[in-house]
Amino acid sequence: MEPEERLMSKARKVIPGVDPKLLIKDAAKLLPNPARRLFLRGATSLGAITLLTGCDIVDEESAAKALLTISRFNDRVQALLFNPDKLAPTYPESAITRPFPFNGYYPEEDAPEVDGETYMLEVGGLVENKKPWTLEELYALPQEKQITRHVCVEGWSAIGSWTGTPLRDFLKRVGADLTAKYVWFQCAEGYSNTIDMPTALHPQTQMTFRFDNEILPRKYGFPMKIRIPTKLGFKNPKYVIGMHVLNQDLGGYWEDRGYNWFSGI
Amino acid sequence: MSSEIADAKPTDLPKVSSGSAVVIHPRWVRITHWINVIAMFVMITSGWRIYNASPLFAFTFPPAITIGDALDGLPGALLWHFAAMWLLAVNGATYVALGILTGRFRRKLLPIRPMDVIRDLSAALTGKLSHDDLSVYNAVQRLLYAGVIAAGVVAVASGVSIWKPVQFQEVAAVFGGYDAARFVHFFAMATIVGFLLIHITLAILVPKSLRAMILGR
Ligand code: HEM
Repeated sequence: MEPEERLMSKARKVIPGVDPKLLIKDAAKLLPNPARRLFLRGATSLGAITLLTGCDIVDEESAAKALLTISRFNDRVQALLFNPDKLAPTYPESAITRPFPFNGYYPEEDAPEVDGETYMLEVGGLVENKKPWTLEELYALPQEKQITRHVCVEGWSAIGSWTGTPLRDFLKRVGADLTAKYVWFQCAEGYSNTIDMPTALHPQTQMTFRFDNEILPRKYGFPMKIRIPTKLGFKNPKYVIGMHVLNQDLGGYWEDRGYNWFSGI
Repeated sequence: MSSEIADAKPTDLPKVSSGSAVVIHPRWVRITHWINVIAMFVMITSGWRIYNASPLFAFTFPPAITIGDALDGLPGALLWHFAAMWLLAVNGATYVALGILTGRFRRKLLPIRPMDVIRDLSAALTGKLSHDDLSVYNAVQRLLYAGVIAAGVVAVASGVSIWKPVQFQEVAAVFGGYDAARFVHFFAMATIVGFLLIHITLAILVPKSLRAMILGR
């Protein structure tokens, strides 16, 4: 939590064109980590059932702890199931979902507006070259297109077309320690994600600059999104302004709110 | 107490204690059955809450009959669902493996002949179906049990498909891909819930069958 806030306030300084009000609003949301409280509420309905049956076998707090422990066990199972060579299915142009849904924890009007002129991608952590990248420099990187399925944790899915540079090529280019455990992404609105290194090195994990052949529009994450077709949608951060190679898990927006950390598909 | 009985009816003793002739449901069936009840309860009620986050049809389930009340209900429901899935899968695999290996499925659930089902169904509806021998399932029971076991297998396989549509894309393809597998998963749940309405009603109507599923005889 603390390092996240520290880096977020840093992000506010370095990123012009980001509405500071939005950042503060979000920081406020982050402050009381509500995950635990939420689990307690989550267990309440089961508590109600045990009350109805007359026996209080499930202590709410221990139920919450047990569920989180199993969720961490599920992280390990998913890391084992993850096959670094297995590609997500790809689709023809005709399969693209139009219009592709906007999704966020805020309405579309509140999506961050990043100024492409002054944008800088901060690169940090266990990398040799920490020079920040301008959008122009990023656009000059070799790019690939993928048409894959975006699967939301809510259950719906949509097929989209994303173009950008493979993250693993970029990580090699900046001299990242590829034996590190995690890559942590910070986003303009205060959103964040931590992903495992094997997923970061997957051939389809992409630093995305274009959607459906057009410059990535604001609603899909301008100027840069990380497209990960082997993870649920919320593990595909948009408006990415920082990338850090770390051995420490800094969590993420939804991960800290009870969603499974690995969230592989 | 037991010696009194032994004294009174010495000849009955070996039969009662060795048991195999009178035990209707062996211990493994009873244990896996009741574990399955718990696992199914959690899977179904948390599954309804997950369904509500992105409904497939023009209705949602009343939150009051679901579990996982956190936030919009989704994170909590997912935690319950992906915890209980292990209980369901391990217990279900044990039951199915033992059902096949011990020959119980073959002995108790087969054959299922359509004519027998029609005969036993009409007998049941007119109140003429005998429940004297609980160790033999009538054709309607066979059909229902074989059907719900199949629905359980489909629920797990379609669940795996929507949990890991990339890693297990071959399984998802069997169901016609991710989106189709969601519908299959829903209908497998609906089949199981439909079964349960009949199953629980019948268990209440024939209490000695419930006794046998708890005590074995
Ligand atoms: C409160 C809920 C339940 C009650 C009271 C109940 C009761 C019973 C009873 C009394 C029997 C033995 C019936 C007989 O002799 O025909 C039985 C068997 C069976 N039940 Fe349930 N049951 C419940 C839930 C479930 C659930 C959730 C499932 C699966 C989805 C299920 C699947 C089965 C199967 C497959 C058998 C046959 C087992 C065998 O012979 O191998 N039951 N149940």
